[in-house]
Amino acid sequence: MTTSIEVENVSKLFHKHYQRTLKQTVVAKMRGQKVKDTFWALDDVSFNVEQGEAIGLMGLNGSGKSTLLKHIMGVMRPTSGAIRTRGRLSGLIATGAGFHPEMTGRENIYMNAAILGMTKAETDAKYPEISEFAELGDRLDTPVGNYSSGMSARLGFAVAVHVDCDVFIADEVLAVGDQPFKRKCVKKMEEIRNSGVTLFYVSHAAMSVRKMCNRVIVLEEGRVGFDGDVDEGIKYLHYDDEEPDVDVEESEAAELGSEI
Amino acid sequence: MTDQLTPDSGVAGEASVALRHDLDHVPLVDPTAKGGLVGVLRRRYLLSLMVKRELRARYIGSKMGLAWSYINPLSRFLTFYFVFGIILGRGQIPHFAIHLFAGMVVVNLFTESFTSGTRSIMQNKSIVQKMPLPREIFPIASMLVSLYHVGPQLVILAGACLVTGTFSPDLAGVFAMVMAFVIVILLGSAMGLMFSAINVMYRDWTRLVQILTNMLPFTVPMMYPFTLVDHRFRNFPLIEHFYLFNPVTEAVLLMQRMFWITTIPPTDKGKPEWGFQPGLTVNFPPHLFVRGLIFIGVSMLFLAFAQWVFTRLDDRIPDRLI
Repeated sequence: MTTSIEVENVSKLFHKHYQRTLKQTVVAKMRGQKVKDTFWALDDVSFNVEQGEAIGLMGLNGSGKSTLLKHIMGVMRPTSGAIRTRGRLSGLIATGAGFHPEMTGRENIYMNAAILGMTKAETDAKYPEISEFAELGDRLDTPVGNYSSGMSARLGFAVAVHVDCDVFIADEVLAVGDQPFKRKCVKKMEEIRNSGVTLFYVSHAAMSVRKMCNRVIVLEEGRVGFDGDVDEGIKYLHYDDEEPDVDVEESEAAELGSEI
Repeated sequence: MTDQLTPDSGVAGEASVALRHDLDHVPLVDPTAKGGLVGVLRRRYLLSLMVKRELRARYIGSKMGLAWSYINPLSRFLTFYFVFGIILGRGQIPHFAIHLFAGMVVVNLFTESFTSGTRSIMQNKSIVQKMPLPREIFPIASMLVSLYHVGPQLVILAGACLVTGTFSPDLAGVFAMVMAFVIVILLGSAMGLMFSAINVMYRDWTRLVQILTNMLPFTVPMMYPFTLVDHRFRNFPLIEHFYLFNPVTEAVLLMQRMFWITTIPPTDKGKPEWGFQPGLTVNFPPHLFVRGLIFIGVSMLFLAFAQWVFTRLDDRIPDRLI
């Protein structure tokens, strides 16, 4: 199989800025306080992902998950090390990027799709599917600002999942959709995964990671703490003692909703 | 630590995977965007959408729509005509409203590209933080939006020239106008580009940009004739050189070469007490066109410098956006 993502000794140094004015900086310096501080958000992270793998990226808050995703998306550049990806990336990290509240849903679909790298012809071809998936009907011709938060999330999700991508990155998932739409999204994500797209899924929900992924990477303070089997990974994080056997379907949907 | 595929997971068989995502021929690449102004050219479709979005958003919900982009400059011109032509002018400088408005077109283009470009990355931070784009696209889109508004202003300006009844444009004038726009477009893009990145690091720059753009209209010969500057600094050639070493001044003079001086017949003697005389040699500095070409070169170099500054700061932009 082909390598899809290659992460090689990636480290990222962040500066903690205390947002001081010049005067405050001088005072702080005279008092011997720190003016600047740094910390490693990612510390020598290395792993390879094969095409078609479904990775669950887990870890406590502040462990560097979002930073790692931003590096894989290509938004950020590592301080040292290298990242290489193969093919086109899309993902829910960018849902609603570039949405303008005063523009119609239709116009925003085209804008968002262009940001995700789609051409006009591609968007034209996918438009019926996108609008059908979003289930917004003729509200697509009204300004997005009038949508409920659930509706605009649906619109963003609909665009993101219809990009013909090779790597799909899911971060902020389904916080506001209603139950039927959540179920539909889960189904769509499974469909994407089953079509051979490399899936990168960030979640705190053990249940949905178990369902979606076949490998877990756990980040701990910017380092890879665990990389391997899903169940072992969840055990490693002590996430396995939660809600053993409630109605699977329902609790999973609830879990998906409680993410971020 | 790779290849930990669990066999019982719900992943489809490798056959279908290989079928749809046959990526062996696709190289592994750095996922960050190919930056630079060249990278922006590669995303022309997105750029055009961004410009359209900005223009649509500006006039959305108003019944007059894009007609406002004509009404605004027209009202400004009529105000100039009233104040400078009727109240203050008393005819000393013929068609002073045109003199002023011709300069205003390029000065506005410059200051708008500069200020909106400076804010552009901060304004679009939700996109910048989520997707890899050549980030130069934001200040360039701002410049294009400002450029769009030049069209209506030129229509008003040409209309005013025709109303004078003595408008006789020449080819050299058209050439001058083109040079003026090339200078201002290059310079406005360069300033917008450079300060959009700097502004992410230190918000103080927005304030400084504001001060600069407030001062600019007074440092170019549009609210007063160039002859006055020439007269005042006749014995201090260094100061005059310094005054003229401003690309926007050059652009203003080139615009007046196209629109203003061509509305004054060479026989018009004006009012002697102000000392106005018609003619190119009196009202413009020598070597106007050569200077124009030199400033185009200078502006190009400055744009290259701005791109260099931008590239140096580019990697830190997503880290610094909060």
